[in-house]
Amino acid sequence: MKFLHLVWSNLKRRKLRTLLTVLSIVVAFLLFGFLCAIKAALTGGVSMAGIDRLVVRHKVSIIQLLPQSYEARIEQIHGVATAAHQTWFGGIYQDPKNFFPSMPVMPEKFLAMFPEFLLPESEKQAWLKTRAGAIVGRTTAQRFGWKIGDRVPISSPIWGRPGHEHNWEFEIVGLFDGAKKGTDTSQLFFHYDYFDEARVRGKGMVGWYTVRIKEPDRAAEIARKIDEEFANSPYETKTEPEGAFAQAFAAQIGNIGTILIAVLAAVFFTILLVAGNTMAQAVRERVEEIGVLKAMGFSNTLVLALILGESCLLAGVGGFLGLGLAWLITSSGNPVPSLLRVFYIPAADLAIGVALIAGLGLLAGLLPAAQGMRLRVAEALRRGA
Amino acid sequence: MHALTRWFAQIATVTLFNLRTIPERKGAAIAAAVGIAGVVAVFVGVLSIAEGFRQAMTISGSPDIAVVLRSGANTEMTSGFGREETRLISDAPGVAHNEHGALASSELFVIINLLKRSTGTEANVPLRGVEAAAFDVRNDIQFLRGRRFERGRNEVVAGLGAAREFDGLELGRKFAVGRSQWEVVGIFSAEGGIAESEIWSDASVLQAAFQRGPSWQSVYAKLTSPGAFAEFKDALTSNPQLNVKVVRQTDYYAEQSTALTKLITTIGVFIAMLMSLGAVFGALNTMYGAVAARTREIATLRALGFGGSPVIVSLLIESLALALAGGACGAAAAYLAFDGFTAATLNWQTFSQVAFAFAVTPKLLVVAILLAAVIGLVGGLFPAVRAARLPVASALRGA
Repeated sequence: MKFLHLVWSNLKRRKLRTLLTVLSIVVAFLLFGFLCAIKAALTGGVSMAGIDRLVVRHKVSIIQLLPQSYEARIEQIHGVATAAHQTWFGGIYQDPKNFFPSMPVMPEKFLAMFPEFLLPESEKQAWLKTRAGAIVGRTTAQRFGWKIGDRVPISSPIWGRPGHEHNWEFEIVGLFDGAKKGTDTSQLFFHYDYFDEARVRGKGMVGWYTVRIKEPDRAAEIARKIDEEFANSPYETKTEPEGAFAQAFAAQIGNIGTILIAVLAAVFFTILLVAGNTMAQAVRERVEEIGVLKAMGFSNTLVLALILGESCLLAGVGGFLGLGLAWLITSSGNPVPSLLRVFYIPAADLAIGVALIAGLGLLAGLLPAAQGMRLRVAEALRRGA
Repeated sequence: MHALTRWFAQIATVTLFNLRTIPERKGAAIAAAVGIAGVVAVFVGVLSIAEGFRQAMTISGSPDIAVVLRSGANTEMTSGFGREETRLISDAPGVAHNEHGALASSELFVIINLLKRSTGTEANVPLRGVEAAAFDVRNDIQFLRGRRFERGRNEVVAGLGAAREFDGLELGRKFAVGRSQWEVVGIFSAEGGIAESEIWSDASVLQAAFQRGPSWQSVYAKLTSPGAFAEFKDALTSNPQLNVKVVRQTDYYAEQSTALTKLITTIGVFIAMLMSLGAVFGALNTMYGAVAARTREIATLRALGFGGSPVIVSLLIESLALALAGGACGAAAAYLAFDGFTAATLNWQTFSQVAFAFAVTPKLLVVAILLAAVIGLVGGLFPAVRAARLPVASALRGA
């Protein structure tokens, strides 16, 4: 610790060079933070999935509908606790660009199935009592400035006009928040009964079921039993754990993970080169001084540690600044809510960032430090000036 | 005139001197050049994804083909027509005819799940039900292997892109849709366009398999000429029995690709801008180091009578040369690695996969090299100005 002053003064020698190196490291970690946020937005469904939930959809593809009568039959299957359905409404508010997901559900069952949606009890009761009522996530409510009591007109190209009305209109009776940071609070949910009565086509059909099972370890077995129940029927099903469903969905976008890792690898490689070069220059310029230190009695290991300390301090200052800035910016709001549903840096990725900072510091200083360690005192004192 | 020539001569001398001493500063020069190469490579790589996707979506659009959807639908999946409506649309003025009748195909668009080869998980694949006229309506369908499907049978033809990206679409293979088996009897190409990501079958067979009854979702009509579009559209929109949206195929495809193209381009440009900022800092570092290492030499030049501006210009040229060298390497690497690389992704608007190839276009390469040049110039500016302002006497003394 007492050598911190020595390390710090060495860095302050060439202030401009140190500043520029630190700034490039800041930029690299800023980029790292943003890319982690983008990855979380595109693939987040996987980590938010419930371990005791399965998704049951039509075997051919999710755009095919299933009968609402399946609900009772699914709940009869051994190992199933409860089943709740949702249907893709495809609602549009004013402009297709304002897109957010909207689904008709059975309120009580839905809220019980998804405890991660936090709705105050009073608002839940209001919802149960209001037939054309809807609850909306805080993100979307803030985006359009909706408050409880507002009447919101939503059109649906898929389902057309509701019965004899001109357009679908819902009264906002509740705003829900997410229990976890990555929970999607951009959705709107309304009554299935109101939906089924008002729609002109496809009555009695729903989009997909979410099923809560009693034993998560038996998930694959129960999923198979559900599919067997409906095999050879006009509406065959495919059941899988919610995590697998989200994973397959994310994989449809492409191997996002691989692309982002490739980009980050390129970025970090160049940063390593920049920082490493700075450290090498720094050591080269101070050959004589290192000789003096060694002549004074500093051991080889201590010299190694000093140089490594310098590079780690450099990486540390730049890295924490960059990560901190990225964290601040992502916490302050989502700039593109229609493209990215959530916008945050998962804690796991922040931890990876810190590990990368340490790695960068050590790797950048390694070669110069090894060189410094091996300098012979007499030679070092002779060089220089 | 003489002064100008002398000025140029000075610049040339100092520049050559600077460039020749680069090997002495190998480490820093390589670091800056590699940094810029990295920026260029990532920029070209990510934007080639957007460009490739856009090309796949729009290259197959033809201005003399019209797409008719139900009014209010922005994609085929949310549209719907009955038999009467499709008949009225096919009989509208402006539609071309051949010996079999009107060149109009009423079509159905559904999604099935097949295993995506690259990830091993299931993905949404578009399955289109068409009428016999469909192959004559579209200008660019060519059969590479096999034959057309026969009407009334569980047969499909697969686009080249779909066959490549998804498992089980080889000629002669059967795949299951619901409870029936469908056989792949042909593979077609569509000049790299969107149809290559689709699987086509007979509309009536699809209607039966998916329990749709006599309903279709779109009508693709070949017009007598691109100019006949106005007549066709007016006839349909003024017909009180129809409630339709009529667009040219080119405009329809452009609409379908905007969201994803915008997302990828935005992310790509954002990443490139941040990386460029980092590269600027790296370049600044190198050039300041260059100036610091040659303080005495520059001061000597100044003392000999070389002006301040030749020193600035020569340092800028040196920085530019390093940046362009790095940029060219990055561009070449990106071209070799990415151009033509095939992939498939989810188009949110149609909720199904689109197969495309990364496209490294000349325009993209030019923009990337320009970016490298800008980084080089910005990175060289401040060090150059500092070099020109060195106090000659103290610099000579070796401060």
